[in-house]
Order: sequence, then C-alpha cells, then structure tokens
Amino acid sequence: MDFDKWQEIFESLRRHKLRTILTAISVWWGIFMLIILLGAGSGLENSAKRDFEDDSMNTFFIYGGETSLPYKGLKPGRYIQFANEDRQILDQKIEGIEYTSGRLWLWGDNLTKFEDKALSFDLRPVHPEHLHIEKTIIEQGRFLNDADLGSFRKVCVIGDLVKEELMPDIVDPVGQYVNIKGIDFMIVGVFTDKGWEGERKNIYLPITTVQKVFYGRDRISQLLATSDSKDMEETMLIKEQIINSLASRHNFDKNDNQAIYMWNNYENFKDFQTFFGMLKGFLWFVGIGSILAGVIGVSNIMLIIVKDRTREIGIRKALGATPRSIISMIVTESVFLTGISGYVGVLSGFGIIELLGYAMEKFEVELEFFYKPQISPAVIFSALLILIIAGVVAGYFPAKKAATISAVEAMNN
Amino acid sequence: MIEINNIKKSYKTGSTELQVLKGVNMHVEPGELVSIMGSSGSGKSTLLNVLGLLDKYDSGSYLLNNVKMEGLSEKEAAFYRNRFLGFVFQSFNLLPFKTALENVALPLYYQKVDRKERLRKAEQYLERVGLLNWKDHYPNEMSGGQKQRVAIARALITEPKVVLADEPTGALDSVTSEEIMGLFKEVHASGMTMVVVTHENEIAAQTQRIIRLSDGLVKNQVPVL
Repeated sequence: MDFDKWQEIFESLRRHKLRTILTAISVWWGIFMLIILLGAGSGLENSAKRDFEDDSMNTFFIYGGETSLPYKGLKPGRYIQFANEDRQILDQKIEGIEYTSGRLWLWGDNLTKFEDKALSFDLRPVHPEHLHIEKTIIEQGRFLNDADLGSFRKVCVIGDLVKEELMPDIVDPVGQYVNIKGIDFMIVGVFTDKGWEGERKNIYLPITTVQKVFYGRDRISQLLATSDSKDMEETMLIKEQIINSLASRHNFDKNDNQAIYMWNNYENFKDFQTFFGMLKGFLWFVGIGSILAGVIGVSNIMLIIVKDRTREIGIRKALGATPRSIISMIVTESVFLTGISGYVGVLSGFGIIELLGYAMEKFEVELEFFYKPQISPAVIFSALLILIIAGVVAGYFPAKKAATISAVEAMNN
Repeated sequence: MIEINNIKKSYKTGSTELQVLKGVNMHVEPGELVSIMGSSGSGKSTLLNVLGLLDKYDSGSYLLNNVKMEGLSEKEAAFYRNRFLGFVFQSFNLLPFKTALENVALPLYYQKVDRKERLRKAEQYLERVGLLNWKDHYPNEMSGGQKQRVAIARALITEPKVVLADEPTGALDSVTSEEIMGLFKEVHASGMTMVVVTHENEIAAQTQRIIRLSDGLVKNQVPVL
C-alpha cells in the first residue's frame, strides 16, 4: 500500500468537496440506473417466464373450425368437431408427441355445491395426461386415471382454492362428495398450480363421464398435445403431421387454414425469447449510456484537476517524478472515485431491487407483468468491471496530458 | 562535474525561430560554487533548465558527473534529476498542502525510500537548515526565508552531485538574502558543487567564479577574488 499516494488522493478529493460529490453522483446515478433497469427487465421477463413455465414448453392447442375450401366433392362451410378418437390418433400415430388430452367446454352456471354452499367454479373435463400438460401439482389424493374414464366414474379433482372456499374446515377433502350441476362427484384429489391464481379454481372431471352425463355424446372442444422437442424444425414437422392426420380423418383440405386452428406456445416462446433478448440489449444500451455520461463527467473533472495541479506536477517532475508515477497518481484517483461511487450505485440499485422483490413476496403483491425482479451476480460483476475500465479510461487521457507537460512550463504556470 | 560544449537551443514561436543559446561552453569543477549572470533574455534561465534536465537542447554535448546527458527519455531524465541534481527556485516551489517535513521528504519518495526512513532523514535536513521546530507547519505559515530554507533542505536530502539555484534570493529582502547566501556557503563548504543563476552583483560576488552570459553566448568568466 502506497501510503503517500493515497494520502494525496484523499487530500485532492477533500480539497474539492463539491466537485468530488457532483462527480460521484453522476457515476452513482449511471450505475444505479443500469441496475434498476436490468432489475426491472428481469421482473418483466420472470413474469412472462412464469406463465410459460406453468404449461409444458411445447404444447399444441387445437380447435375445430369451419372448412373454407371444397374437398373431395364436399362443400365448404362444414364444422369440424373433434371426438375421443382424435386424441387417440394424436397419441398413437404421431411421432414426437409426448402427452395428449382433450378438453370440453361446459356451459351454464357451473354451480358446485357442498353442504350449504353453492359456488361457481370452472369445470374442466380432461384426459389423465392433462396433469403433465398443465403441470398440475397434486397436493392430496390423486389425479384422474384411465380407470376413471374407462368406467365413467363420477369423480373429480379440485383446486386448493376451491377447497379453501368450499370446505375451509375440512382437513382431508378426499372422499367427500360435491354436487356439480346436480350430480354428485367424489373428490379424489386436491391440486395446486404455479400459474396464475385462476388455475387453482378449476375442478377437473373425467372427460368421458362428462360426455356421457352432460352431453350424451362423444365430443371434444379442444385437443392438447405436447412434445418434448426443443427444436423449431421438429416442432413444425409435428405440426404438419397433426394437420395431415386430422385432415384425412375429417376430410378437409390440409391447406385449409380455417378448418382447424392450431396454436403452439413454443413458437410463441421463441418470439418471447427474441423479444426479451432485444429488451435486455436495449436496457444495457440505455444503462451503459448513462454510465458513459458519468464517465465523461469524471474525465472532465480529471482534466480540470490536472489543470489545477499543473504546477504541482511540474514541481514533482523536477524532484524526479517519472511520467509513469504521474499517470499512476491520476488514474488511481479516477478509479478510486468512479469505483467508490459506482460501488455505492451497485449496492443501492441492488438493495432497491431486492427490497422490491422482498416486499412483493411479503405483502403477496401479484402483478401480471412483474414478478421476482432479480440481479444476477454476473450482472453485478460486469457492472463493476465496466466501472473499473471506465475509471481507467476517464483518468488515463487527462493523466497522459499531465505527464507530457514539460516541468519548466508546468512550474511557470 | 559539469562540462558543456557548444550547446545550442532555439524556440519556435509560430514561423520565427528564436535562438536562445548559440553555442555555450562552460564547465564546473567538483566542489565549485559558480554563479551565472546575465541580463534578462541572455539565456541564463534556459541554460539552467538545460543543466537541470528540465529542458532539451538542440545540439552540443553535456557531461554531468561524467555521464553523457544525451537523448534521455523522460524516465531517464527523471532518474538523473532525482539522483544527481537538487533544485532551489526563486518561487520556492513547495507543495502547499504538505508540511515542511513532507516537502523535504518528497524527493526520497521518488527513490522508493521507506516512509519512516524518509521522514527521519527529512528531520535531519530540516535541523541542518535550522527549521526542525517548524517541521509540521505548512508553507503558507512560513516566511519567505523559511520557505527557501525548506527548499534547500529538500534539494540536499538526496545528496545530489550538483545544486542548481535559480535566483534563489530573488523574492527575498536583503537581510534574508544574506542569510540564505550564508547557508549556501555553508553547504558549499561541506563539499557541494553549486551553480547559482542570479542578476544581483552582491550575490554573484559571494561565489568563486562568475560566468557572464550575453545574447546566448558566454561573454566572459571571471574568478572572484
């Protein structure tokens, strides 16, 4: 530790308090804004990720539509209605499909009664593999199984919020009966879900039971199929296969883009990734811009300091100071000033982001577009690295200038 | 100790070139106390800057302590300034934010001498100039004579080969000037080689030899009797 060098740095900073403070604030603000921006960006990203993580990453959602092209002598304008067999085909015939399920819409008030309570919940008739597609988490009992569907059992799996609202005092709801649209169903399981709160207010029913009891026929409103593929080309190939097989079963032109509607969240996820990549890039750009402004400020200040100290530098040179020692003195001062104020900026930015995350968790604030803001160590590390480089750059040019002034000229200053 | 031959130096100001030193020859023997005199514009300050390695010269040769001072890099010049030379200036050139003691110790900092040792040695030299009691005072708390004594202590602390003084009494009254010259003679008596630039006859008269510069050339060299 070069005591004299540091003594001089403190001395120089102390003698120009206002200048030092203003410089420190500009650097502090730059790095503070960078951290806040990146933290906010991560909050946005995490909220979007949360929505994606809830469902399987690569899921096809297929709805029946109305044909718009004539096909094999059939007129356009026919409605395409899926049935259980369609799910079976997806499950068995198409390569790359992992899980499949149907969903059925139930209309009306959807009243579910338990003892003296009657509340309206979303009823969702599905196949057993829906568990994996929605990433449903079983808390008590079990999910629906093939036997339930095979023998049209009147069973149901309820969300934990359904349980909370309908039977808050009952510890183990498994085995209890609820009355759904006038028919008793036995609860076989309770689930929760990491997605938005509404998911936990669903009641899952065996799709075959619902078809038999409420519809009287075999039909499916929506087909779901997941793939474990992480590849866009493969995903597109699966999509094509699905269209081909459904087209041949339902007799429609595979180029008819209105016969069925298909939605794949992986495509969406890709777009989302690109979007957040760009957003992050933008935030870095803005953040670095504000740091740069701070650095230019420091460099300016260092230039003034050098000008102020020209005479002193001349004296030092006469006494044997090398250009290197002059440069080192000024660069160290600059790095010290940017380093300290930047470090405080990192800490305060980090503190605010952490505090925000903590407060949101503690007070259970649920925002659709903001979730778990965080700053990764990598970000902090690169921010500090940028600072040090910035400090060196800000100090080097004024220092270089100082070192090249001739001692005589400097002393006559 | 100092031997310069045919030193030439010119300054360019715009398109005109001003020849300041037009071929100066001089030498200083070890242990000599020499004064350089001349009217303003005679080139005496430039000559001192060349001798002090504070300024470059265009042509000629310069031997300092039998070392050729030619084509020095900034770093080498800094090294020789630190090891061979001690400076005393008209305007003292003390660092205002350092105490007398720290000012005296500063040249040793550039020799990478340990801080404790530096300050110990600085005390010794302050004592020699009679200012040990003032060691913790800042320059603005001292009189001109005291400041110049501190500067002399600072020039001596590295045990240089030559002390170069540029109008050392120029900013002092006559009584103080006498004191400073007394100190100079004392230092000289201990064996130091010294070169004093001055325009005052009374000062020059107290040296052993006067080198008179006129218009960039040595006009004459007069031993003081």
